[in-house]
Amino acid sequence: MKTLKIEDLSKNFGSTEVLKKINLEIDEGNFLVLLGPSGCGKSTLLNIIAGLETINEGNVFIDDYNVSKVEPKDRNIAMVFQSYALYPSMNVKENMIFGLKQAKTSKDKIKEQLEKVSKFLQVDQLLERKPSQLSGGQRQRVAIGRALVREPRIFLFDEPLSNLDAKLRVEMRREIKKLHQQLKTTVVYVTHDQTEAMSLGTKIAIMNHGVIQQNDTPENIYNKPNNTFVADFIGSPSMNLIKGKLKQSSNIISFVAEGSNLEIPIDNYNFKANDNLNNKEVFFGIRPEHIFFKKLNDNDFEITLRADLSEYIGHEQIMTFDYDNQEILAKFPSTIKTELSKETKLYFDLTQVSLFDAKTEERI
Amino acid sequence: MQDSLQSSYRQLEQKSKYTNIFLRWFLYLVLILFASYFIFPLYVMIVTSLKTMEEIRQGTLLTWPSSLNFDSWAVAWGGRGYGAGDTFLKPYFWNSIKMVVPAVFFSTFIGAMAGYVLTKWRFKGDKWVFLFLLFGCFIPYQAILLPMARTLGVLGISNSVIGLVLVHTVYGIPFTTLFFRNFYVSVPTELVKAARIDGAGFFKIFFKILLPISAPIIVVTVIWQFTQIWNDFLFGSTFSFGEAAPIQVALNNMVLSSTSVKEYNVDMASAIIAGIPTLIVYVLAGKYFIRGLTSGAVKG
Repeated sequence: MKTLKIEDLSKNFGSTEVLKKINLEIDEGNFLVLLGPSGCGKSTLLNIIAGLETINEGNVFIDDYNVSKVEPKDRNIAMVFQSYALYPSMNVKENMIFGLKQAKTSKDKIKEQLEKVSKFLQVDQLLERKPSQLSGGQRQRVAIGRALVREPRIFLFDEPLSNLDAKLRVEMRREIKKLHQQLKTTVVYVTHDQTEAMSLGTKIAIMNHGVIQQNDTPENIYNKPNNTFVADFIGSPSMNLIKGKLKQSSNIISFVAEGSNLEIPIDNYNFKANDNLNNKEVFFGIRPEHIFFKKLNDNDFEITLRADLSEYIGHEQIMTFDYDNQEILAKFPSTIKTELSKETKLYFDLTQVSLFDAKTEERI
Repeated sequence: MQDSLQSSYRQLEQKSKYTNIFLRWFLYLVLILFASYFIFPLYVMIVTSLKTMEEIRQGTLLTWPSSLNFDSWAVAWGGRGYGAGDTFLKPYFWNSIKMVVPAVFFSTFIGAMAGYVLTKWRFKGDKWVFLFLLFGCFIPYQAILLPMARTLGVLGISNSVIGLVLVHTVYGIPFTTLFFRNFYVSVPTELVKAARIDGAGFFKIFFKILLPISAPIIVVTVIWQFTQIWNDFLFGSTFSFGEAAPIQVALNNMVLSSTSVKEYNVDMASAIIAGIPTLIVYVLAGKYFIRGLTSGAVKG
């Protein structure tokens, strides 16, 4: 039994296709993050799961029940919104029990739930206050509390941290993580912030143009991106994609960048399919953090590039190098002394490389 | 060198000080001028209403009354006590109250509902509905007189307070809808979504969540509608006469129908009485009027 299952779901607003044949499954207790740039359809997908948007095609199942035409209140879900959406005229207590009252829950049960949740979220001192008298973090907590008291099967979060300042955001992120560890309720969480996605999710579904690009664990998303979009979207700065060709002679496969003669051996790369590799046009993907200033592993590949630009950001520096007219970014600790306009020896960690077909932009 | 620079700075400072003082006094002068210009008619009205006819004939417009004489107010409100031809405001004042209270209530309520639907329960073609409603704001009063008279006749409520309530309610809906729509547009739709997940329906969301935060715009709408309806003369004089007339029509009849002598003191007192309710509404709610007009967003 899947807690949530989405089957061939399509949605359009007029002639704009927002979601195209989405398929998605979540096991009990998982934390799924929907990640993507703005306008990719992630919020629409969440609203559809909640029942706040209608579906054009396909179905949504919660615990194997088809809920496609079920009212939001009967779906056994709770949602936390970006603007918190606390009812301005009600105090914290009324806000939190509004849903229970609508569901005609008994007074004792309401009282019990309210006490439990408000203690748990440390808002029990704020029960009589109006939302306008709360700080951003407190409002966030009350909004989560309002979702918690209903004991839903699935929590839906719609960019809940993007209204908070940077420091509070990191704090609340940790609290949401703790919350999930303690309650183990299934969560679907929408965000455009990759750090949030990486740190919170047990699964991340990356979306673009209404299509899920990759649905995988954070580790796989980071290490084995499915296509160039995912490779480019995750990581800061994003993965270097060097244009070039593969060269295969007998059993040795190597990569040659455009306008260069240097052969980078990639024998240890796990190809999905081993045929027709010779002369294939590819992108050679390597993350800035996998380019080193010193040789760390025996297999690191040595290469000499000219340093063009250095950006100092405190704990680290981002250097831009020229690789036969293609820009290569590398991330070093800021303690390393570097010189600009000088040929510099660098080391590529070839175990961390990704290769993409230049035409389809898919991983090979 | 240093000294001369300092003294030239001091001169500049002095000069700008004098300029500032001059500008300030000039500002006050202009303000006082305009304030007196607007207050002058009110002063004349009040002073005249407190004089006897004798005093009015002998003095000028501006002379202070010799004693505070409220007789003309009593006459304006309650009449002289003789039978035929004695027009006074009291019954018509209540006519107006009976007309204005339900008309303001219904037009405000319907406007709030319409604004709620147009912003939070969007449907296909809602933009057109709003456009046509807006169109209603620009239809001149005179254009609807004849069709409205016919409608009231068919409904059998011409020359009645109920008929006037209907006319003012219908005519007010475009304005009240516009007010509420513009207010609710700035209320985050996430509130409605949250309430739907919490299990609240169409009416519950309106009454429990949106209406309690609508106080500023309700005040604006009520003041607007109250002033419009209370001060209306055209609809009142067209669709009612005799005993069903609202106060503005009665005021007109009173002033025009006085037989022998023009009683300026009674006329002035009547005019003030007819204007007092709108003044009261402004004084009580004016503070919120400005606030409601300028603010919009409800920051949760």
